[in-house]
Amino acid sequence: MSVKLSTRQVGDVSVVDVAGRITLGEGSSALRESLRDMVSKNRKKILLNLGEVSYIDSSGIGELVSGFTTVTNSGGQLKLLNLNKRVKDLLQITKLYTVFDVHDDEAGAIRSFA
Amino acid sequence: MGDFPRPGTESVERSLDSTLESVDHAEDLAVGLARRAGFDEEDLMKIGLAVRESMVNAVVHGNRYSAKKKVRFSASVSGRRFMVRIADEGEGFDYTHLPDPLAPDNLLRTSGRGIFLIRSFMDDFQARRLDPGGTEVTLVKFVVSK
Repeated sequence: MSVKLSTRQVGDVSVVDVAGRITLGEGSSALRESLRDMVSKNRKKILLNLGEVSYIDSSGIGELVSGFTTVTNSGGQLKLLNLNKRVKDLLQITKLYTVFDVHDDEAGAIRSFA
Repeated sequence: MGDFPRPGTESVERSLDSTLESVDHAEDLAVGLARRAGFDEEDLMKIGLAVRESMVNAVVHGNRYSAKKKVRFSASVSGRRFMVRIADEGEGFDYTHLPDPLAPDNLLRTSGRGIFLIRSFMDDFQARRLDPGGTEVTLVKFVVSK
């Protein structure tokens, strides 16, 4: 299974539910295009829900960083929600866990954008 | 004695096309062998990711997706020692002068973490240039009784 992305709006926060694999190829390019599309539509508050992500490689990590930079440089905020152990371990080992604003609770994450 | 494997030994060897499908295939082969060797789920994840990153380097950076170039993949287990070798036919790659992805100035780079992850997840990682061209990497991990 490759990656599946679906976006919903909660107030002024765009929540992107990501499921499947974020790896080199289709998975990472789909995430990149989705984030660029939101930035082009002037969405400033983006919450990536990674709860259903089964696999991520260094390319996928690179896409998370790229998305973070793109959104931040456009004056917005990108935050992460529901990291499973696998994704959390990878972000910790690459020292990116402290770069991202990571949440376990969607309501709290939504409120944190205010 | 013939070619029968010794007890506790198993190996697989493939010549693979320079495609992303080959990356998936090699990862599946390596993880399957590692599972039979007795690694737990956490180590299987680490082995799978390390093999994936190595295969991506061979297919993308080494052979540059060339249909004329192959990736040689082999995996073997002998006792507690699990080993994977991956060789491309590219220009050769210098593994000795890689930027540190954990350095503050590099944290927000979008690439450059693959080798770091391989080294973090395997017990040993070696790379050498091949004559007349290409790069071969060797990944080793030992089964640990838990």
